[in-house]
Amino acid sequence: MSTENKARIEAVNVNFYYGAHKAIKNMSINFYDNKVTAFIGPSGCGKSTFIRLLNKMNELVPNTRVEGSIFLDGDDILDKKIDVVKIRRKVGMVFQKPNPFPKTIFQNIAYGLEINGERNKKTIADIVEQSLKKAALWNEVKDRLHDNALRLSGGQQQRLCIARCLAVEPEVILFDEPCASLDPISTSKIEDLILELKKQYTIAIVTHNMQQAARVSDYTAFMYLGELIEFGNTDKIFTVPREKKTEEYLSGKFG
Amino acid sequence: MYSFKERAIKILFTILAFSSMLFLAGIVFVLFKESFPLISEIKISNFVLGTHWYPTHEPAEFGVLPLILASLWVTAGALVVCVPLGIGTALYVYELAPLKQKQILKPVIEILGGIPSIVYGFFGMLIVAPFVQNLFNIPTGLCAFTASLILGIMAIPTVASISEDALSFVPNSFKEASYALGANRWQTLTKVIIPAAASGISTSVILGMSRIVGETMTVLMVSGGAAVIPKSFFDPVRPMTSAIAAEMGEAAVGSPHYHALFAIGLILFLITLVFNAAAEMISKKYRVKLGLDR
Repeated sequence: MSTENKARIEAVNVNFYYGAHKAIKNMSINFYDNKVTAFIGPSGCGKSTFIRLLNKMNELVPNTRVEGSIFLDGDDILDKKIDVVKIRRKVGMVFQKPNPFPKTIFQNIAYGLEINGERNKKTIADIVEQSLKKAALWNEVKDRLHDNALRLSGGQQQRLCIARCLAVEPEVILFDEPCASLDPISTSKIEDLILELKKQYTIAIVTHNMQQAARVSDYTAFMYLGELIEFGNTDKIFTVPREKKTEEYLSGKFG
Repeated sequence: MYSFKERAIKILFTILAFSSMLFLAGIVFVLFKESFPLISEIKISNFVLGTHWYPTHEPAEFGVLPLILASLWVTAGALVVCVPLGIGTALYVYELAPLKQKQILKPVIEILGGIPSIVYGFFGMLIVAPFVQNLFNIPTGLCAFTASLILGIMAIPTVASISEDALSFVPNSFKEASYALGANRWQTLTKVIIPAAASGISTSVILGMSRIVGETMTVLMVSGGAAVIPKSFFDPVRPMTSAIAAEMGEAAVGSPHYHALFAIGLILFLITLVFNAAAEMISKKYRVKLGLDR
């Protein structure tokens, strides 16, 4: 495990409950700048639930409770007094199903800037262009920025969602199974993009596709029934896992 | 090869399905047939633009303008009541109400919509009208104002429940996307949810208008019934529906008066047809906008 640089996010003894059901059990894990951390494990093991804690999305789910601490730049984001909006601007998220707004391509990206109070049309147009370029979508949409975003293909929509997320200049980007509904070509475009983005951001990705985890991540976390079973360098996890459970999962004995 | 029983069932349901078309065709046919003779009896311009509705005078005058204006005034007034209250209720139930309140509020709104219109009429006549009369010190409380108020209340459930449906229909993923970008609740509601539900909300208003324009019993009881061009909201008025209801029993079958009342019915039919077509067009546009047409 890397210790050479300070962790961007430090989760310490995190427990999470849906009602009486304990979905995350005593989880501690660090995330580092310019690294991709992949979460793997069978459905329902708590990987999505865990990364949704990092931008406080689980707060929107009624009847839930969280314990422990998650430090982002030294602030505990699980502290009740913390400004949710500030956290969400630092920690962007790309969802399982592409979810552009029913607005134009341009408006989709401008939205995040407008809610932050940006009024300057020139600035907005510049950031829209930069974000689309970073998300490798600019060339495909530059002539139709004012078309409805829902007319784009699924893969394009997902890259638009990435561009939308980049526009608000986050430090961390969470990908929650970003390729679950995409074809192989779109998937490989998103994977290339993730490798490109890690030069600038701290990235966490949940995936059901183990090859994907192997291709894009530096670290891999294997979760099972709400527990972090094993965490380490992706190469090590995939070649010489320490835990028996990890090995069984990777070799397809369950999942 | 279908069995006889399956074919019989198919035919039966086809007949049932097409019967409503048959009824519609029959109603439209009768409306046209019974109002058509009016053309030979009076000048159409005197009918549509005439300002005097004296159907039993000698000579009779059939100027329908006071009735149309009465309907428009009452409808406009009722919209002022039902649009803010209905949409406000929908927004509250959708976004702010805790689950328990939601479980109480929604059925209560439905019940409000299920009260027979004659009960609203009673309520208006016996409680609201005297109150309005005293409050504004006017000769009678049975006037356009009272009618607007009662009709507006009657249309709240239509506006509220269809608007609330439209809001709930907005995919949760839009909400999540907005929150994840750091938007607060208010920004998410006003910039994402309401625009996405706008067409559904407009549809609710149009359907509410249809209900108001077509409402008969209540307006008959509370609008005052004077067939003169309204000069103020506190004048008694006679909207189209109440004219038909009040006079049909007395008009001799086949007389110009009888035909004129059918012609009013035709106008009402055309107005609601336009409303429904508008609602349909808007919701179609909405489906396209949300990308559901593919």
